[in-house]
Amino acid sequence: MKPEGLAARPADFPDAEGPAGRGALSGLFAYVARSFAIAGMEARKLLHDPTELLTRAVQPALWLLVFGQVFTRVRAIPTGNLRYIDFMAPGILSQSVLFIAIFYGIAVIWERDLGILHKFLVSPVPRSALVLGKALSAGIRGLTQAVIVYVLAVILGVRMDWNPLSLIGVLFVVMLGAGFFSTFSLLIACLVKTRERFMGIGQILTMPLFFASNAIYPIAMMPRWLQVVSRVNPLTYQVDALRGMMLAGGVSAYGLGFDIGILTLSTAVFIAIGAKVYPTITY
Amino acid sequence: MSILELTALTRSFSELLAVDRLDLSIATGEMFGLLGPNGAGKSTTIKMLTTLLPPSGGSASVDGFDVVHRAQSVRRIIGYVPQMLSADGTLTGFENLMVFAKLYELPRADRKDRVSESLAFMGLADSADKPVRHYSGGMIRRLEIAQSMLHDPRVLFLDEPTVGLDPAARRAVWDLIGTLRARRGTTIVMTTHQMEEADLLCDRIAIMHRGRLVAQGTPSELKDSIGSDGASLDDVFIHYTGSNLDSGGTYRETRRARRSARRLS
Repeated sequence: MKPEGLAARPADFPDAEGPAGRGALSGLFAYVARSFAIAGMEARKLLHDPTELLTRAVQPALWLLVFGQVFTRVRAIPTGNLRYIDFMAPGILSQSVLFIAIFYGIAVIWERDLGILHKFLVSPVPRSALVLGKALSAGIRGLTQAVIVYVLAVILGVRMDWNPLSLIGVLFVVMLGAGFFSTFSLLIACLVKTRERFMGIGQILTMPLFFASNAIYPIAMMPRWLQVVSRVNPLTYQVDALRGMMLAGGVSAYGLGFDIGILTLSTAVFIAIGAKVYPTITY
Repeated sequence: MSILELTALTRSFSELLAVDRLDLSIATGEMFGLLGPNGAGKSTTIKMLTTLLPPSGGSASVDGFDVVHRAQSVRRIIGYVPQMLSADGTLTGFENLMVFAKLYELPRADRKDRVSESLAFMGLADSADKPVRHYSGGMIRRLEIAQSMLHDPRVLFLDEPTVGLDPAARRAVWDLIGTLRARRGTTIVMTTHQMEEADLLCDRIAIMHRGRLVAQGTPSELKDSIGSDGASLDDVFIHYTGSNLDSGGTYRETRRARRSARRLS
């Protein structure tokens, strides 16, 4: 038997998830290692069957090629000193990451229906590490979208910022955004529990999240009430951060630190809630 | 020495009392069968013992650890093979096991060896690098059992381990369970509604009906208990659970059972 580090905890703290008999640092390391194990598994699945990623490239391509090119000519949307196609490229990257992440709950329900989920939940992995692992997996999928949108943007002549630090920043924000929306999706999956209901809700959510944000037009253009909605929509901060780092001469309206702070905080809160709710999907 | 201790264990779902004050004690090293018609509460009981579902009342402990308050400690010492299909079809057999080797924190240096050994023991060495979606139902079950045994659990829970398997695959799984037990002395708790399986494998059997324990004992004790000569376990089962056909579980349970049966065959 391993020594029990849990014995010292108060008995009224059920399901304590501390690592047994380990120091804080090695405990943290083990925690992260197990989240990575889950993310690594998802990455392998993508490698075995990458067709999904290719089909996912279609939507951002259409938005940039059709919508982007038309509106760049129309000049109907005031985007300051950025051309419209430049302005919308970070928006479309955020959108395609959002669309992948928001349907992540389907996979969660699928795993529950099969019984795969049960095996993870009977293992001694802290529930929050399981949810974090899922968020990281969604992040990996998000990264593939970043590659696709970068290729499209270059083809369309979007003026990109190639500074390595900016690139790393973009990848980080993409992973954060994917992590946030996939965890949101996981929470919904745990509430609705069936695929049919989930599909309905997923459809209802994606459009408002996308349109009530600064993804394809500035918030200043919106009516007052929609501006309020947009300001509480985390997608806005993802787009804003990406706009600051992806584009040559791009500026973040709210400040990178603020954007990333909001995204990190909301993701952490959702993962904490997810850790509580995730096990209930098997009831 | 009992390793599983259930005291008035109860679980209700809104109106339905799925498990009703269940008292059971299972000895270390025992092979214990939990029998009953669909909807009797077997799977709900297993879910509570494996920490997947919190009880509504009563308590249960595994090797002295309470399933609610010491859930993490329980999880370290149990293995579980769900009734449904639980291997990932897009991953290879090796990858399926490797994830759990990491999650259970097997020492890094041993992981590959332990996984390969385990696959070889289950007769899956040749298919280790094939995606699991190309496995047969029997192979998938063996892989799932391999995975649940990787961390050498003290108690192994098998929920309908041979549902949907053809007779040959079923025999192979039975042999394997027997060998595992002989080698490692693992306590095994299984649910089934195949009487032949229970008779052949189990030291002791408990029969559940509508959430309650209606009989328990060794297969021969149970056969003697109903007082007719040459009784089979089928007779015992019908004697204790009645022959009314409308207790066959809910639509959802039936759908799940059929679906996993179809996937495995």
